[in-house]
Amino acid sequence: MEETGGVKLLGFWVSPFAQRVKWALKLKGVQYEYIEEDIYNKSPLLSKLNPVYGMVPVLVHNGKPISESIIILEYIDEVWKQAPLLPQDPYERAQARFWAKFAEEKVRQSVWEAMCSSGEEKQKAVKSAVEAFEEFEKELKRRGTKFFGGETIGFVDIVAGCISYQLALHEEVGSIKILDSSKFPAISEWIKNFLNHPLINEGLPQKDQMFAYFSKRSKEIASQKMSHKTA
Amino acid sequence: MAGEGVKLLGYWASPFALRVRSALKLKGIEYEYQEEDLGNKSPLLLQGNPVYKKVPVLLHNGKSISESLVILEYIDEVWKHNPLLPEDPYERARSRFWAKFVDEKCVPALVGVITKVGEELEKSAREAREHLKTLESGLDGKRCFGGTKIGFADVAIAWIAYWVRMEQEAFKIQLIDQQNMPLLAAWIDYVLEDPVMKEFMPPYDKLVKHTRDLREKLTAVVSN
Repeated sequence: MEETGGVKLLGFWVSPFAQRVKWALKLKGVQYEYIEEDIYNKSPLLSKLNPVYGMVPVLVHNGKPISESIIILEYIDEVWKQAPLLPQDPYERAQARFWAKFAEEKVRQSVWEAMCSSGEEKQKAVKSAVEAFEEFEKELKRRGTKFFGGETIGFVDIVAGCISYQLALHEEVGSIKILDSSKFPAISEWIKNFLNHPLINEGLPQKDQMFAYFSKRSKEIASQKMSHKTA
Repeated sequence: MAGEGVKLLGYWASPFALRVRSALKLKGIEYEYQEEDLGNKSPLLLQGNPVYKKVPVLLHNGKSISESLVILEYIDEVWKHNPLLPEDPYERARSRFWAKFVDEKCVPALVGVITKVGEELEKSAREAREHLKTLESGLDGKRCFGGTKIGFADVAIAWIAYWVRMEQEAFKIQLIDQQNMPLLAAWIDYVLEDPVMKEFMPPYDKLVKHTRDLREKLTAVVSN
């Protein structure tokens, strides 16, 4: 039975975290109201619904707010049981949770840091990112399936999915190269398959707008770091 | 209760291993415990957690599970009696949220208290106090994070009770006080009295010494 109690999603257009939630809701065919937040000028609504972090995404269901994208994914999977994101078997679920955490903390995070840093820090971050990609590549190869979740998109694919449409831009903005397709054939193939899915590709932010945003943010972060150093 | 070949690789001072020991105890699961020498990790650990090579690692039916919160979820799903997570999806999300908050915010601040000196130490202590105050709001006026009895979030967070007291004594700083955080202070007392929670807490004096030694080693490196 499908739950139809009001579902709202507070997001920010370029946020990879909000995108995860959009993908999950779309794959499950859940109708929702999307509310665009300006995270640099937070609304009272956002502060009220996420008092701890004041960040997007926030999913509001039956009037109750849930924050943290991966936690929201687990919630969505528990409430709407069609098109399951996590596998059934407890060991496979544990593996999915492990790799989702890895995708977030090691893969996505390291790319962002590599983009936003310079000099020695940048070199270190790129090295970490490449190492993370190597682990991810190994695991994808070991599974030998189209997606992390098997033949259909699952939990880990959604969490890692932000690299499919933002990695190339981060590389360009940060003047870095991480995804060498000859070195990472499984990941490259996975990205192609992932973006091929109509619900995944639909409504993604425009590349030139994302490029402009990342360029700006990257410079802001760099100058923040400089002012901390000289202070 | 027979655990069908359950083994836990841990370390006596690791709060993450402590979480898993408490969870297994709460569920009455029998298991073999292997203490790891982190300076000389066993082949079992290196094979069981090839990505991070860290404890805890749970071995069950010949398979290995790593990351303490992932292990807690696994335990809760395999052994369904005495559930750790509540039934309601919203409450489950809340439990997961606070467990994650502790790892993301409290851990770095509490580690900062150990590894930093001078102004940086002051900053870490301040951050720790702020985050602990925020953590108190997660209790939502109840006795523990699980409501009336200990649950997933309490198991995930209980080590804070111990570590905060230990750091306060070891480094003569204030992190928590009755007046400023009465509910959290009460929760700390409650958790430290619980027979299951306190069973695997490391010996207090040993932990104080271990932490002081660690601090000496790390801050000596910093000042050299």
